[in-house]
Amino acid sequence: MSQTAIHVEGISKLYRLGERQRYTGLRHLLEDAVRAPLRWLRPRREGGETKKGAQEIWALQDVSFDVQPGEVVGLIGRNGAGKSTLLKILSRVAKPTRGYAEIYGRVGSLLEVGTGFHQELTGRENVYLNGAVLGMGKKEIARKFDEIVAFAEVENFIDTPLKHYSTGMMMRLAFAVAAHIEPEILLVDEVLAVGDIAFQKKCLGKMDEVAKGGRTIVFVSHQMNQIRRLCPRAIWVDRGGIRRDGPAAEIVGEYEAAMTSGETSESRNGTGVKAQFLRWHLVGPEGAQTNLLADDGPVAVRFLVKVNQAFRNAVHGIGLYSSDHQLIWGTAVNDLDFELGRIEMVHRLPTLPLKPGAYWWRVTLWDEEGLVDDLQCVPEMLVVTKPATHYRDEWAGVLNIPSEFSLLEVSGNDRSVGDPLDRVHIAARDDSTHPHRIVDGGCQSDVATTAVRSAKWSGDVPEERDPR
Amino acid sequence: MSVSEAQLAQQATAPPLVRIAPPKGWFAIDLREAWNYRELLYFFVWRDIKVRYKQTFIGASWAVLQPLLTMAVFCLFFGKLAHFDSHGLPYPIFYYAALLPWTYFSTALQNASSVVVDQQQVITKVYFPRVVLPFSAVISPLVDFGIALAMIVVMLGYYRMVPTLAMLWLPVFLLLAILTALGMGLWLSALNALYRDVRYVVPFLVQFWLFASPVAYSSSIVPARWRWLYGLNPMAGVIEGFRWSLSGHGQPPGAMMVASAAAVLVVAFGGLVYYHAMEGTIADVV
Repeated sequence: MSQTAIHVEGISKLYRLGERQRYTGLRHLLEDAVRAPLRWLRPRREGGETKKGAQEIWALQDVSFDVQPGEVVGLIGRNGAGKSTLLKILSRVAKPTRGYAEIYGRVGSLLEVGTGFHQELTGRENVYLNGAVLGMGKKEIARKFDEIVAFAEVENFIDTPLKHYSTGMMMRLAFAVAAHIEPEILLVDEVLAVGDIAFQKKCLGKMDEVAKGGRTIVFVSHQMNQIRRLCPRAIWVDRGGIRRDGPAAEIVGEYEAAMTSGETSESRNGTGVKAQFLRWHLVGPEGAQTNLLADDGPVAVRFLVKVNQAFRNAVHGIGLYSSDHQLIWGTAVNDLDFELGRIEMVHRLPTLPLKPGAYWWRVTLWDEEGLVDDLQCVPEMLVVTKPATHYRDEWAGVLNIPSEFSLLEVSGNDRSVGDPLDRVHIAARDDSTHPHRIVDGGCQSDVATTAVRSAKWSGDVPEERDPR
Repeated sequence: MSVSEAQLAQQATAPPLVRIAPPKGWFAIDLREAWNYRELLYFFVWRDIKVRYKQTFIGASWAVLQPLLTMAVFCLFFGKLAHFDSHGLPYPIFYYAALLPWTYFSTALQNASSVVVDQQQVITKVYFPRVVLPFSAVISPLVDFGIALAMIVVMLGYYRMVPTLAMLWLPVFLLLAILTALGMGLWLSALNALYRDVRYVVPFLVQFWLFASPVAYSSSIVPARWRWLYGLNPMAGVIEGFRWSLSGHGQPPGAMMVASAAAVLVVAFGGLVYYHAMEGTIADVV
């Protein structure tokens, strides 16, 4: 008999919005205590009576599916479709309101990297703590410790408190611990999106390895290329239910097609009612709609909005994120009035010099009553510029800007060096306005020395040891 | 990979089944599961202890200094100036023996009442039996307690007081203090997750409780026939018990202890039930 690894049967989850605010105030507490003594001591059970002001949202409704042992399944869908809620229930962080799930095997869940990390503790101590939180035993961690540290490439800093780590190092250490839990069933929520591109590749490689090791993986991602690469099967979660379930290539294609065609779909947080972002595109050289950016601009990004109810004084926000969820650029526009119909929002940027890779746009629309819509754009914007980069990816950042470098000779009166001469001219000009300053060789050489030092320093300040 | 495959093969014989379903029942704490997570409990305690004295100048000396300084103040005002009755015990012994369990209790209670909120990052991202948290919160101050306990040995030596067999009762009184902190901590931590008001209530609670316990004074000022009622404050029994067992002087707190023990069991059991009832919804609300 072939036994399933995960069996999900009719799972539903009810959340109440606005409930928390109602409960946290002392005034409400007293009111409730007066109105119904002892009721306030009672935990709020889902499915109980609803009080006014608490908006009920079914984050998941009647979700059923099976995952066989060794399967790698990608969960895709819009923000707020219910993917993360589903993963939270499977990892037992949240309880379902209805339905049940059965899981056969040791579960490791990775809803976040670095859960339980403590800034004051050293890297070593945090590996143990994080490992324990993720379900590893002390012996197991001790056995894998060297492997974890080597994977994270933080050998020299392992006994340094975490607060002195760079974000990149911390993320690498966190993922390294996570990558070494070896459960039979692994639940992963968009955590591969950490660190620089080189490290991401390493993580994907590790995931591949884990998958080939015969373990079951359920994996949430907004990066369709990751899903295509890692998962033979994909489940498309939409409005709290399963919309499609099948081969990843097919499902991802349909999903992307639906997103680019600007299909309407409401999400669980109540957005998309008054207006909804339908799709986005860049305008290519021949006016073609595209998600490819082949040069560094100028760029025009367009977002199609469908307005269902007119509203006024709206605020529109836009953000551009790198694949590791770092905000690269963002802005907001105030005082917008919307009439019924379809509107295209256009943002023009004179230049957008980005390193090659996947980026994504996020657009929001707010009015006086709150969030109207929020879209994490699908598909990603693929930048295919020619990289002007150092061979080590982690020094590259996101900006693709060619730079010039020169070394300056340091000598008192050497006029053969071009650059310090310019500085002398500037200094001399300055001098005319500051008669008390004396320009001599010494001053000039100071300038030059500083220049050389800073140039050397910037090329020489390794954040950590070069692993190569 | 070979190690993990061996593990997998080992486990493959009987894959553990986890059933995820809506919460039900009013008392269904899976104690065996909680026991399986004892290693995590150990790590939480270990982290608490490590973190507490990081970047402090005198480190764990604080564990002794806190009760010692409070003792000095009490000796001066309640002893030298107000001449409170101390059962013929030297004031330093009288106060330090009481401050030992009290310092532990107040630290443990404050730790436990905020532990769920403090650990919300972990709670919303990883599963483990939530009951591990208040346990870890009342266990970690025991290290400080141990350090402070060593100090009283020095003091007893100074006053040439010889330990008696009454000393053997000390673990019982300590256990009672732990259970009191745990029982109250279970209630307060779960309530704190729902109502952040608890954060402001706890310091007052601790302060009132200090006055309601025989720390600064002796319980002999309470009329004998009301002493059992006074004993409903479990810390009353604990503190008098500590004085008696450490010094070997006076009477063991008999009737008061029985009332204290009963009160603790009720509070702790109720706390466990309430905490468990909250467990299912905690991740949704913190």
